[in-house]
Amino acid sequence: MTLAAYLPALGGGLLLGLAASLLLLVNGRIAGISGIFGRLLGGQQAGTGLVFVLGLVLGPLLVSSLHARPQLTVDATWPQLLLAGLLVGFGTRLGSGCTSGHGILGVARGSRRSLAATAVFLACGLATATLLGLLS
Amino acid sequence: MNPWRLVVALLAGLLFGSGLALSGMLDPARVLGFLDLASGHWDPSLLFVLGGALVVALPAVQLQRRLARPLLDTEFHLPPTAPVDRSLLLGAALFGLGWGLAGLCPGPALAGLGLGIAKVNGFVAAMIVGMVLHDRGLARRETPVPRA
Repeated sequence: MTLAAYLPALGGGLLLGLAASLLLLVNGRIAGISGIFGRLLGGQQAGTGLVFVLGLVLGPLLVSSLHARPQLTVDATWPQLLLAGLLVGFGTRLGSGCTSGHGILGVARGSRRSLAATAVFLACGLATATLLGLLS
Repeated sequence: MNPWRLVVALLAGLLFGSGLALSGMLDPARVLGFLDLASGHWDPSLLFVLGGALVVALPAVQLQRRLARPLLDTEFHLPPTAPVDRSLLLGAALFGLGWGLAGLCPGPALAGLGLGIAKVNGFVAAMIVGMVLHDRGLARRETPVPRA
């Protein structure tokens, strides 16, 4: 693949950084999806949480209408998927964050907790997917 | 509350969802293409997404440190500095396990809800159960005093 093939990934990443910077500098909040969504489920910061999640859902629809519909392939079986959902939900709440809060904002802030969490979830994600790939 | 905060939260959500869609990271197959090192056709896209996000977020954090308060609030609401503890590491490990199993994490899963894909919706339902199990069950057992 040439470098140009990665331009959408880079451009999408810039938008993620812009979204996180906006929320940080204007509202003073961390754009961590598991945190925002988890607090919303618990009824905390319900107003801003709800509109943020609404925007998150509408974003891909906007891209669909202006650019191209995102193509998704879900290879995981239903039992795999439901187990994965349980683990991701429980784990992100126990570990206080996910790819966005720890992986982007926490790393940008140089937080030791976020750097440690990111190293651990990356290592576990790589190990799990690689092992599954080898077994299948 | 300043109503403009709602507008900013909506705009941030829109940008985040659009960024995920544009980056290709809504697709679990692309994410697994990065996480599966032995596939024979490794896809480094996720690193470009993370890199792009950090290019913007790093200077924003530097700017934030020079500001007394955010534009629309009286103070920054940042997680307090705390030591790396067992909950953090165990939580991150469980999250990584789930992420590697399906190729979905909270952002792309929620952002994919509007696309009407049954398996993404099912993942989100299970994720909600996992979050509620943690917040209502474990948190209560650890802290007998109810949270405000």
